[in-house]
Amino acid sequence: MSPAVTLSFTVNGRRRRVRVPPMKRLLDVLREDCGLTGTKEGCGEGECGACTVLVNGLAVNSCLVPAVQAGGARILTVEGLARRSRLSVLQRTFIEGGGTQCGICTPGILVTAYALLRRTRGRVPREDEVRAALAGNLCRCTGYQKIVDAVRVAARRTGTRRPGGTRGRSRGKKGARR
Amino acid sequence: MLRPEPAVGVSVPKHEGHDKVTGRALYVDDLRMAGMLHGRTVRSSVPRGIIRRIEFDPAFDWGGVVIAGHQDIPGENVVVHVLEDQPLLAAHEIRHADEAILLVAHADAERAEAARHAVRVEVEPLEPVLTIEDALSARVKLWGEDNVFKEIRIACGDVEAGFGAADVVVEGVYHCGHQEQLYIENNGMIAERTAEGGIVVRGSLQCPYFVHHALVRMLGLPPEKVRVIQTVTGGGFGGKEDYPSVIGGHAALLAWKSGRPVKVVYDRLEDIAATTKRHPARIRVRTGLKRDGTLIATEVDVVMDGGAYVTLSPVVLSRGAIHAAGPYRCPNVSIRARCVATNTPPSGAFRGFGVPQTQYAMESHLNRVAAELGLDPLALRRRNAYVVGDVTPTGQTLRESVGAQEVLERTAERAGWAEKRRRYARENAAAARAERAGRFAPGGRRLRRGIGLAFAWHGAGFTGSGEVRLNSLAALELAPGGRPRVLVANVEIGQGAITVFTQLVGERLGVPPPLVLVETPDTGLVPNSGPTVASRTTMVVGGLLEQCARGMRERLELFVERPLRGGPDFQRVARRFLARRGPLRVERRYQKPPGVEWSDETYRGDAYACFSYAAIAVEVEVDLDTGEVRVLRATTAQDVGRAIHPVLVTGQIEGGTLQGLGYALLEEVRWKDGRVWNYQLTNYVIPTAVDAPPIEVVIVECPYSGGPFGAKGVGELPMDVPAGAVVEAVAHATGVRLDEIPVTPERLLRALARAAEAR
Amino acid sequence: MRAPLSTLEVVRPRNLEHALALLHESQDGERLVPLAGGTDLYVSLNAGVVPGKRFLDLSGLRELRGVRRRDGGLALGALTTFSEIREHPGVRRRYPALAAAAAEIGAWQIQNRATLGGNIANASPAGDSLPVLLAFEAVVRARSVRGPRDVPFTGLFRGYRDLALESDELITAVSLPPLGRALHFFRKVGTRRAQSISKVVFCGLLSLGRDGRVDLVRIALGSVAPVTLRARRAEQVLLGARPSAAAAAAARAALLEDIAPIDDIRSDRDYRLLVSGNVLEQFLRTAAPRFVTR
Repeated sequence: MSPAVTLSFTVNGRRRRVRVPPMKRLLDVLREDCGLTGTKEGCGEGECGACTVLVNGLAVNSCLVPAVQAGGARILTVEGLARRSRLSVLQRTFIEGGGTQCGICTPGILVTAYALLRRTRGRVPREDEVRAALAGNLCRCTGYQKIVDAVRVAARRTGTRRPGGTRGRSRGKKGARR
Repeated sequence: MLRPEPAVGVSVPKHEGHDKVTGRALYVDDLRMAGMLHGRTVRSSVPRGIIRRIEFDPAFDWGGVVIAGHQDIPGENVVVHVLEDQPLLAAHEIRHADEAILLVAHADAERAEAARHAVRVEVEPLEPVLTIEDALSARVKLWGEDNVFKEIRIACGDVEAGFGAADVVVEGVYHCGHQEQLYIENNGMIAERTAEGGIVVRGSLQCPYFVHHALVRMLGLPPEKVRVIQTVTGGGFGGKEDYPSVIGGHAALLAWKSGRPVKVVYDRLEDIAATTKRHPARIRVRTGLKRDGTLIATEVDVVMDGGAYVTLSPVVLSRGAIHAAGPYRCPNVSIRARCVATNTPPSGAFRGFGVPQTQYAMESHLNRVAAELGLDPLALRRRNAYVVGDVTPTGQTLRESVGAQEVLERTAERAGWAEKRRRYARENAAAARAERAGRFAPGGRRLRRGIGLAFAWHGAGFTGSGEVRLNSLAALELAPGGRPRVLVANVEIGQGAITVFTQLVGERLGVPPPLVLVETPDTGLVPNSGPTVASRTTMVVGGLLEQCARGMRERLELFVERPLRGGPDFQRVARRFLARRGPLRVERRYQKPPGVEWSDETYRGDAYACFSYAAIAVEVEVDLDTGEVRVLRATTAQDVGRAIHPVLVTGQIEGGTLQGLGYALLEEVRWKDGRVWNYQLTNYVIPTAVDAPPIEVVIVECPYSGGPFGAKGVGELPMDVPAGAVVEAVAHATGVRLDEIPVTPERLLRALARAAEAR
Repeated sequence: MRAPLSTLEVVRPRNLEHALALLHESQDGERLVPLAGGTDLYVSLNAGVVPGKRFLDLSGLRELRGVRRRDGGLALGALTTFSEIREHPGVRRRYPALAAAAAEIGAWQIQNRATLGGNIANASPAGDSLPVLLAFEAVVRARSVRGPRDVPFTGLFRGYRDLALESDELITAVSLPPLGRALHFFRKVGTRRAQSISKVVFCGLLSLGRDGRVDLVRIALGSVAPVTLRARRAEQVLLGARPSAAAAAAARAALLEDIAPIDDIRSDRDYRLLVSGNVLEQFLRTAAPRFVTR
């Protein structure tokens, strides 16, 4: 008979309750029991970072976290970055700037980048800082240049809040408003 | 009247971007079907042998487990590629380690995995052939009398006379090994039987019709009963060109036997161990030059390791051979290329497809020649690089679109080539003096810097008569709402194909790209426009779509008897057309460009419609205490004809450059007893964001008149240049020139020690 | 994932005492396997290697968390993560080699989960924090139902992945003694520039007395033998010596006797011998310029 535990945690602000084997990977709990397939498995050994989620604000490889340790946790996945249909600044700079090609590493990268931008709030992280933060997220398509640039552009845009609430314009082709 | 905004040459928002940044994009492992089973593969643990017995552990609970072997294959036990020598499942003979023997499936993935372990296959081992040298010795015969799958010879002029007339002759032998594509999404397929007695297969792939063709033979079904659909694919790089026929066949067989949907998705360990990799090569280059650096004679001997089955080796060999003498004017050339059989997992397609290997060798060699002649590597390239009007070794006149000199100039200029060659040499000498006096770099390090250059060409589209044989067909139709819809079998694998199609079609129709729909690559819905490989997607298929769009616009403008006026107008006119005249579908089939002639028999003529060109300058910093090479910067100019979407083009160049740097410095497949030893990602090392340097790209446009808006190919070109440049940069930094990649710290320190002893 | 995760049980103790009792009771039957961050365990499970069927989840034990001052040094709870170590002001100021090692273990995702206790208990010869702890002469605080026990790091490794701990003992904390004003040096030579396994990992401490002679020297290496080790012969050559090129050369020669590297999946013996010697020299010349051999 398979052992099972009942766990409660929040994912992207929403309370969830699941009954799962205690050593099931958090990755699989999210993908199967919560129906959130945005987080991916690339290696199963904590090398590629495609499974990165935030647990209590910290970026972790969800392929290495046993479900039982996620009880009571506050979890953020890629699905939680946008506000309803409104993409975050980071997501938008990725699309505009070529930060995503095949997209399989993108969810993990966005979550790690989000954690970085929270830490460096108020300033634009240096290129070497962004690279070091993303060392645990492998990308095979982009060569990382546009990813690093997109993260820094997002930091710059988020930080250019002027008094009165007006933000800088994005540079989309048609001058689209944010 | 407002002219519509240009759609080509502009970096429009990427079509697929939204789903990818929100996690909504569905890759094959995100899909689940009712009643689905999980498939697993039982594989050989030895590289060569005879299957004597298969045993099923009686203590295991086999309830609910579906088992499929070669005897269950309804059609033929063959995976069709160039030849038909690869079985879908090994029946009697094992020809490589991790060859698939048996398939198992169960509704619970854990039970399927356990079932895999409960099968014992008894194999009587035979002596394996594991290296190129072993194969050439032909002591053990795997294929014919000499173990050679294929041999190609290309010749022009008289090499021996050329060597006789040369002032200096230099020879070298260069080695490069396997490289794993390492797409971050592992191979995966889901198959299910249809009510009409057919099969539908969905998965991660580059060539739906290749898989379709293979399944028709394996299942013995008529083509209309087989349907292949591409799911969002997390990287391919060639690793999903032919391999999906194997895993697709496995999933299909299990689905066929069980009557249930079956998902087969590899984990990383299996994917690294069992699937295709870049062909290793041993390449001997001999060049004769005048003292001023003019090339007089080039002789190249290439031997590649094709692994256990032929698969795509003849085509890889062909492309590698045709490019082997480099993009250089030379009246006397002799190229001999062979691909040998070994008992290793079959080698396959990987971005560049034979060209990274031969360009690495030629560029390493020419950098050695420059050093021996006391010439600047850039000057040596300038003197010999192709210009319009030159003739290649196969006798092809390069009539237009030759950006060779320009990419050299722009690379050198942007990188500050001359200044850095001088400066790094000066600084290295100063550092050596300082160290002798007891002064070191911060942290007590001993560092040296260097800059190296390489240059390459890459033919766009299939080689020779390949495009004619592919006979690609593309279509453009009007969707019910009046929007244009693209119908092709070419797939998005990260390169932005869908976006580019919408730009090409949008530009010709005078509508904004977001208005253009692109149908899912589903063999039930789209015509066979050929595979997504060979840097052909934009140039060949995009070219066909551009013609389709012209045809559609003519039709509609004839209908309303006036020019179309942009997006909303197009839709209104289109809807009116549909209402009055019915469906509108325009098709265009590939036509060989006029004046392009090739002979497969003599291997002479126009090998490709056109070539793209690239140069790169790579700067490195070497730590003399550890042999670690840090790439400081990569600067590259690449001639792509026309950049339809500059950000996508730059993205291809940056990504390909980093894969090339990985090939040069980090990536090595290690073997133990004929099996891949480093099958865990922790031990197959690809560059992280910290290993990656800043990459600076200059796009050069020498338009090709036969490409849509002048576009040539860009997908593979970036892969061809980094390795030669890295070897030269390390030589510039340390004085030591390696003949093998990857330039690992172990190899570098050994070479430095040997050089020190020799002094 | 090749292990049958759904068959694995987890026991969650109420507190440390409960954990120790459970661990002790389990010794006669299906032994409980301690589980902290899981960053090593799940790599093994993924490859199909299952160390046991029942796991003792330590993650909820507050007694194992926290960094405190103790006896002039610091005591780190066994569950302290490498992110916490890397960022702790006291560690950064007084034990920079440990902070440096923590920053090179995996990347952010691993550092946020991997624990000091886990790194020690896993006892990999390539464990990056281990040479540092050995050079520091840290003390492992272990505990069982029989009570606490201090095990000096220098006596902790008996052999390959073999710790001098009872099977029912848990590591509860690691004490770092005060180190005075010694220079700290840490270098990891890995398979790439980030997120890598080490080929050679080196920690050195050195200080010179008023007379200009070496009055403290500690040299520890990993990935060059079945266990992380102190280079005792090299230390002996250096202790009390005046920095000179000859002393450095003698230390290097002695080091080669201290280590026993092999060829393995990541690197080879010759490379490790050469690089260990080179990194030793690099350490010495940063510690005192007069050690320069070239």
